[in-house]
Amino acid sequence: MMKSVLKAGLIAWLMSVAMVTHGAIETYQFDSPEQEERFRQLGFELRCPKCQNQAIGDSDAEISGDLRAEVYRLIKEGATDEEIKEFMVARYGRYVLYSPPLDRQTLILWFGPAGLLVIGGIVVALRIRRSKQALERGESNA
Amino acid sequence: MSRIAVWLPLAVFAVLVGFFFKGLTLDPREQPSALIGQPVPEFQLTDLNTGQPLSREQLPQQPFLLNVWASWCITCQVEHPYLTQLSQQMPVVGLNYKDTETAAKNWLQKLGDPYAVQIFDPTGRLGLDLGVAGAPETFLVDGRGVIQARIQGEVNQRVFERQIQPLLETVQ
Repeated sequence: MMKSVLKAGLIAWLMSVAMVTHGAIETYQFDSPEQEERFRQLGFELRCPKCQNQAIGDSDAEISGDLRAEVYRLIKEGATDEEIKEFMVARYGRYVLYSPPLDRQTLILWFGPAGLLVIGGIVVALRIRRSKQALERGESNA
Repeated sequence: MSRIAVWLPLAVFAVLVGFFFKGLTLDPREQPSALIGQPVPEFQLTDLNTGQPLSREQLPQQPFLLNVWASWCITCQVEHPYLTQLSQQMPVVGLNYKDTETAAKNWLQKLGDPYAVQIFDPTGRLGLDLGVAGAPETFLVDGRGVIQARIQGEVNQRVFERQIQPLLETVQ
C-alpha cells in the first residue's frame, strides 16, 4: 500500500518535471515544410551569443529565443539563409556562426590541422628513412 | 640524433606553456562587438520618462555612455552607483531593455535616475541591432555617434580606467 502511494507520487513528480522542461518550446507557423526545415537548420548553425557552446535552436537562454524569433521573422519576409546569417554577423560578429566562412582570417582554422598532419607525416617518413639507412650500414639507432 | 632534435620536445613544451598561460587570462565570455567603428543603429522608440518619440538624432552630440539595463538585472543594480558617479563627468544614456514601463520607473525611483535620456525598448529591438546578448552592457559612443567600445557586464572604476578612459582621451 505504502509502496504504491510512493510510486504514484514519484510518477506524478516526474510528469510535472517533464512538463516544466517542455514549457519553453515555442510554436511557429510556417508557410511550407521547406521554411520549417530552413528554420530548424539555421537553429543548428547559429550559435547563442550568451552561451559558451550551444546553438540557438538548442538553448533556453532569453537571447536565443529572441534570435529564433528574428530568424522566423526574416524567413517569413523571404530572406535567404545567406542574408539571415549576414544579419546575425552584422550584430553579433562571427561568433554566431558555427561554421566560419573560409577567408584569410580563418585560413589557419581550416587548414591548420591538415597542415600539422602533413608536417608530422614528413617527420615520420624522414625518420624511418634515416633508421633504414642506418640499419643498412649495420649500425643501431636508438 | 642531431642536437636540434634533442631540444625539440622542450621547445614544443614551451610553446604549449605559452598558450596555456595566455589562456589563463582570457575570458571566453568576452567577445569583440561587431559594432565597433559603426554608428549607433537607427531607431524609432519612445522616451521612458516622457513617452515622447525618440530617435538617434536626439542622442548627445558629445562622447557618452549608452548603458543597457533592466529592472530584472541584478548586475545593473550593482553598477548603478558607479554610473551615477560617472554621470557627473559625461552623459549616460539609458537603454531600458526588455522591461516593463512600471518596473523600470519604480527601479529608477528607488535607486535614482542619473540618465540624460532614457530609451524605452520593451521588445529588445534596438538591443538586438546593437548585438546585445544580455544586460548590462555599456557602449562608449563618440561625438560623431560612432561606437568606440563595448563592455559586457558591470562597469566599475577598474573597467572604466582600463577600457573607457584611454579611448575617451583619443575621441575628445
